[in-house]
Formats: sequence, C-alpha cells, structure tokens
Amino acid sequence: MRTWLLPEYVEDILPPEAEAIERLRRSLLDLFASWGYALVVPPLLEYIDSLLTGTGHDLDLRTFKLIDQLSGRTMGLRADMTPQVARIDAHLLNRAGVTRLCYCGTVVHTRPRGLTATREPLQIGAEIYGHAGIESDLEIQRLLRAALGQCGVPDPRFDLGHVAVFRAIARRGGVDAALEEELLSVLQAKDKPGLAALAAALPEETRRALLLLPDLYGGREAIVRARQVLPAYPEIAAALDDLDRLAADADGAAGIDLSDLRGYHYHSGVVFAAYAEGLASAIALGGRYDEVGKAFGRARPATGFSMDLRELARIVPRAAPRGAILAPFAEDPALADAVARLRAAGEVVVVELPGHEGTRAELGCDRRLAKRSGRWEVEGL
Amino acid sequence: MPVTIALSKGRIFDETLPLLAAAGIAPLEDPETSRKLVIGTNRADVRLVIVRASDTPTYVEYGAADLGIAGKDVLTEHGGAGLYQPLDLGIAACRMMVAVPEGFDYAGAVRQGARLRVATKYMRAAREHFAAKGVHVDLIKLYGSMELAPLVGLADAIVDLVSSGNTLRANRLVAVEEIARISSRLIVNQAALKMKRAALQPLIDAFAAAVAAHA
Repeated sequence: MRTWLLPEYVEDILPPEAEAIERLRRSLLDLFASWGYALVVPPLLEYIDSLLTGTGHDLDLRTFKLIDQLSGRTMGLRADMTPQVARIDAHLLNRAGVTRLCYCGTVVHTRPRGLTATREPLQIGAEIYGHAGIESDLEIQRLLRAALGQCGVPDPRFDLGHVAVFRAIARRGGVDAALEEELLSVLQAKDKPGLAALAAALPEETRRALLLLPDLYGGREAIVRARQVLPAYPEIAAALDDLDRLAADADGAAGIDLSDLRGYHYHSGVVFAAYAEGLASAIALGGRYDEVGKAFGRARPATGFSMDLRELARIVPRAAPRGAILAPFAEDPALADAVARLRAAGEVVVVELPGHEGTRAELGCDRRLAKRSGRWEVEGL
Repeated sequence: MPVTIALSKGRIFDETLPLLAAAGIAPLEDPETSRKLVIGTNRADVRLVIVRASDTPTYVEYGAADLGIAGKDVLTEHGGAGLYQPLDLGIAACRMMVAVPEGFDYAGAVRQGARLRVATKYMRAAREHFAAKGVHVDLIKLYGSMELAPLVGLADAIVDLVSSGNTLRANRLVAVEEIARISSRLIVNQAALKMKRAALQPLIDAFAAAVAAHA
C-alpha cells in the first residue's frame, strides 16, 4: 500500500526544520511589529474574482480552484497573499494615511515555481500602502535588509530594476500589447538575438533603446551608463534617480538590472530581488505596485516584499540543538519546583515516563535531574 | 569564486573548444576518451561538467553550473526558466523542420484542417508551431529515429532537426516547412550572474568577442 505517500512537491516538515522555520517566523514578525507593521491574517481561500483581481495570467495558472458549495461560485486557494493584503488595505481598513501591514501564511501552487521549489511555500511579507514616494521603497528595502541580517543570511545581494524604463520605451515607440508581451519574455531572458528579431520593425530610437536594456546591469555604474545611452525621457530619468537612491542606500550590496521585469503587469515602479549564497533563485521579491488597489476600487500606492520562509530556513545557519534535561516521574513538590525553575530559565526539561528507560536516547537529553543529599540537582547523563 | 560550465559531448563540445580557447580556457581531458563527468581546465577556477545535451538547461537552472552551452531546440523544450541566454554562439547550426513522406500533400492536409499525427522529440516547439498555424495535431513523443514513424504509419509527419538532409533522403522523406533556425546559445544561471558577476562577466565578454570576430 502507498497510502502514506504525499503528492509531488508537497512535504511534511519534520522536527529540527519545523522548529527552525517557526523560530524564523516569530523573529521576523517581531521585527516587523517593532517597525510598526500590523499583522493581518487573510483567509486561505476566497472567491477567485477577488483573489486574482489586478494580478496576471501567471498567478491564475498557479492557483488551485474549487467550487463553493454554499454559493456555487468558483473559489481559489491563495497562491500569493499580497493581493489579499491589498484588498484588506483598500476595503477593510479604509485609512486615509499610510498603512503598514505584515502577514505570514501558507500559499499553494498548482505547479512548483522551480526545480527545488515546494508547491506549498510559507509566505511572509511586509507592505506599505498610501505612500507614493521613494522614501517608502527605501523603508521596504531597509526592512528587508534588517530581516535577512537578523536571520543570519550570509552576504545577501539586492538586485534592483524599474518597470518604468521599459514601459516608457514601449509606450513612446507605439509597441502594441501583443508585441510588448513578447518583448518582455525575451528581455527577461536577456535573449539578445530574440530581442533583435522582435524589435527589427520598430522605430529606430525604440529599437536602439530596447537592444541596450539586456546589457544595462551591474553595479551603480550601470545607472551612469544608462543615463548616457538611453533616450532622455523624463520617466526614465526619474526611474534612474530612484534606482540610484536605493542602490546608494544598500552599501554596495545592490546591483542594477534594467531588463529584470518580473511581475511587469503587476508592478508600477521599482522591482527588486534579494539573492543569497546557496540558492539558485531569489530569496525575496518585492517592488512597487500602485495599480493593484485600483482594481479593488480604491487606488492606493503600495510597495513591499515577500519571501518563502521554508527556502529561507534552508540557507540560514542553524544553531546547534541544545540538549534537554531528563527528569524522573515523581510526585515530589521539590522536583516540580526544580523543573519549573529550569523551564522558566529557558531549559528544556523532559519527564521520563515509566517503562521507557530503554529508549532514553531518543529524547535528546544530555543532562538529568537527580536527587543528591535531599536536593534536586542537574548533572551529566 | 570558481566557475562551472556545462557542456554536452560531441558537436557542441568540439565547436565550443575555440570559444573556450579565446577565453583562455583549455580542458585538461577529452570527454570522448575520459569517463569523468567533471573535467578540470588549465585555470584552477574554471571546471567543465559533461552532461547530456537536453539536460544542460536543467543543470544551469539548478545552479549546478553557472554557464552552459545549449542548442536553441533544447532551450525551447526546457522553457528557459531561471536562465539568461544572452549570446548566440553560432555553433552546431541546423534547422528544425517539418518533414513528410514523398508524395504526401502537406499543404493540402493543412488547408483541409484535418488532424495531423506528428511524431517528434520536440513537443513544445511542435505544439507551438502548429498552434500558431491553427492546425490540429496529435503529437507522438519519440526519443530518436523519428524518420521511421511515417514509414510505418505511426505518424503523418515528423518534426526534427535537419542539417545535411541525408537521413531524410535515405528514408524517402522531404522537408516541407522550416520551424526555426537552430544554433547553440550561451546560457547563464540568473542568480549566478547576480552573485558572481565579477567572475562570469569576463568569460561572457570573451565569448561575445570571439563570436563577433568569427562573424
């Protein structure tokens, strides 16, 4: 029988790893709270119309669907919590000023995102609504750096892009929606031969600018290069100013990539990804998405980031497990008192139930409580 | 930081050697005679891994190799997720074609809109090609010797790579349509380009210069 098998790309998380993930979750939510981000808990499933509002085709394909027995309508299991949090900001909180929200929960994907990805990531993120300036993007970037730093991610790199650069070139060049879509996919692959073929019939200025984008990556010098070679459109100049400000703030940990257009339809400004040693894909993704609230009937500027805690737990150095203390089962108030004191001091105390002395090693204890001259004392096992 | 390059044996390896030489890299062993899958080079910080051609994008996507050399046919089937493909190296060139038995009225069959049975190793490329033409096809996945399929009645047509056309002629097939011109691309793991650009960029630039000089 194979009744205990799980579906592909779905897994149980077992003790040492589950604890590591939970510790990360707590420490990150505490960090977000200390920056003034309020926790929200959106539902695991909701009507597909609201779940996919303002998002792309890609998210639609990644969303599991089912029929609601109460209403007959199609529901989806969330594949991304960000639109849910945007909905909460737009319709439930109705604040006029700046709202800072954070969240953590399971999302499910119909298809895994990559070779080693799970179909059930544990998404954690933070978002700012109601502020359109670079200052909120800076805060989000700083919060992400603080989060990765606190988790102990070794030497993270930030990669910054801006959708306005490509958007300005495409709009001014009269690129239609179908061609824009094809250009997007070749640009993101830095597929220069493919790009040259697609852009062949475009106006000279547009074609030239597009062909430059795949090579406009690197450190801050890439921004200097971009200013020299890209057309002098005000949207591009403003985008490059924003990128320079963000890159300067990251103390040399940031790179630029003007053909990184991930989430192009969803994002409206800066986009960024954080990479870490040991992972072949980005550990955190984020950016500005001012248009999403509009789909919910209330246009609100928005910027934020999210990451998968399970991926994060894989690359974060894990503290060696601390040995527990074994206590005998005895109805002795002095023992109960000693156990309570040790637990209050942060120790793990495991009571050995009678009849299982032979499997003591499975309990992970390296010390024990023993009665010595009438007092309960901790000694080596 | 050490750099790993994924390559397949045979034509791609042979035609990549001059490009590697232009970047100052010479393999220490010949994969045709060595059984090793990881081959050192004259540069301590560069090693080659020898993989099956259709697996090259997978290894590079996973980050087991930072760079790789893969045919456009293989890349189309893989889908390109997680990869940059900045450079057409112009090597291992051939064409992906639709071929049918001599005397088969391909144009008529397509015009009529009947379902065609097509045998191929290149499912994605074939599916996209016929979908773009608005032709209904049933695809039959084969792993080799596609030319046999129409001869035994398994398929009406095949989609395959054609370089000289000799195999088609020997089996009384004719190429009726070009789907794509194929050559090998330099592929780059996206995260690797971000994390170790200082090590990778000189190699990418050297390949680009060698290709430009050859063109």
